[in-house]
Amino acid sequence: MIWDWSFTFEILPVLAHAAIVSIEATLIGFVLAATLGLVLAVVRIAVPRTGWTISVLVELIRSTPLLIQIFFIYFVFPKFGLVLDAFTAGVLAIGIHYAAYCSEVYRAGFDNIHRGQWEASIALNLSAWTTFRDIIIPQAIPPIVPALGNYLVALFKETPLLSAIAVMELMQTAKIIGSETFRYTEPITLVGLFFLAMSLVSAVLIRALERLLNRRTMR
Amino acid sequence: MGIRTLVAMLAAALVVIAILATQPSYSLFMPGLLQGAALTVEIAVLGALLAVVMGVLAALARLYGPAPLRWLATVYVEIFRGTSALVQLFWLFFVLPQFGVSLDAFPVAVLALGLNVGAYGSEVVRGAILSVNRGQWEGCTALNMSRGQMLRRVILPQAFVAMIPPWGNLFIELLKSTSLVSLITLSDLAFKAQQMNQNTFKTIPIFTLVLLMYLAMSLVLTIVMRLLERRASAGLARGRAA
Repeated sequence: MIWDWSFTFEILPVLAHAAIVSIEATLIGFVLAATLGLVLAVVRIAVPRTGWTISVLVELIRSTPLLIQIFFIYFVFPKFGLVLDAFTAGVLAIGIHYAAYCSEVYRAGFDNIHRGQWEASIALNLSAWTTFRDIIIPQAIPPIVPALGNYLVALFKETPLLSAIAVMELMQTAKIIGSETFRYTEPITLVGLFFLAMSLVSAVLIRALERLLNRRTMR
Repeated sequence: MGIRTLVAMLAAALVVIAILATQPSYSLFMPGLLQGAALTVEIAVLGALLAVVMGVLAALARLYGPAPLRWLATVYVEIFRGTSALVQLFWLFFVLPQFGVSLDAFPVAVLALGLNVGAYGSEVVRGAILSVNRGQWEGCTALNMSRGQMLRRVILPQAFVAMIPPWGNLFIELLKSTSLVSLITLSDLAFKAQQMNQNTFKTIPIFTLVLLMYLAMSLVLTIVMRLLERRASAGLARGRAA
């Protein structure tokens, strides 16, 4: 028997519980990525002569595999006295990795703001902070929300990597069920279906959001 | 980032690797890591070939295939883009044998990564074909070309130029995802790093070298794709300006 339904229903609650950990990791990781990415993009504009350093940093992070970065934070940071548990280390690595990608998205958003907006802010004697908070960011963020949404989905699909440092998320749970029962078909297929469902749903949501934002900016 | 900066970064990375390799605490790990890196490159190259083939086939099937083929290609693309690469890798490695198809870790790695990146690539190919000016199709029709001739002689050569930068990004993604194959027992660069780390606990030298090696490989890939892009678009720029 290739597919066992009773076994499927037996492991479903266990996997559902693990799915919560995956979603938690996704949300915390994304908040971290979105915030840190914004900080990188703002510093690049606001602080002179940081552009090159940040470009190189972003390139470094984007050119190396996330898996190695997870290992690096989990295994190397303790040598400098910073011991993190697996979940924290993994989420931190994911957050930093995607911050590099997000910072480029923000940069594109900022580049699309008309020069006149900056000049008008200077003419009105607004501080750099006020300019960013009240003028630039409200105009720059809405057009890039879909791009950020795509990275949220991409980030979600990378959370199985956390299984490599034994975080009890979906993949790790499926692997453990597999090794205990010698039945891999159901757990791994279910994990795949779960990701597929989440991705398709979020694709629809992102498209709806895109339409909504387009309508708003059209007015 | 300009190509000069990229070349400078590559040179810097290589120099740092070379300097570290002369240190006794680092040189110890070099042979094993280089062996791992060779496997990484091998998987990345084969995976890239498969990805390009799958990407082009799936895109053509979705654009011009008969309904069943179009449907099949769409399912392929949605499944491989909708689930994560690691799940696909594990599925092919652990679940496929239950259906009587037992593959070694190496073919599974190439297959999973190639199919995964191919699914993303098909969207790139499809977008590039659709971005070719309508007038080109109409010109072909006016010249009484068959559909195969249109694609082969007129549309694809122009679409090719638009495809290079996104394919470059996908190849980088592919190179980075090869690190996942360490989780299905292949001794690539990431696997060697893990193994040496467990044996020696010399975490800092090992992971520093590994990061630098991946960086160097990615930079080589980025630079090659940039040069290719420059070459491919050189001839076309004149025609487009008109």
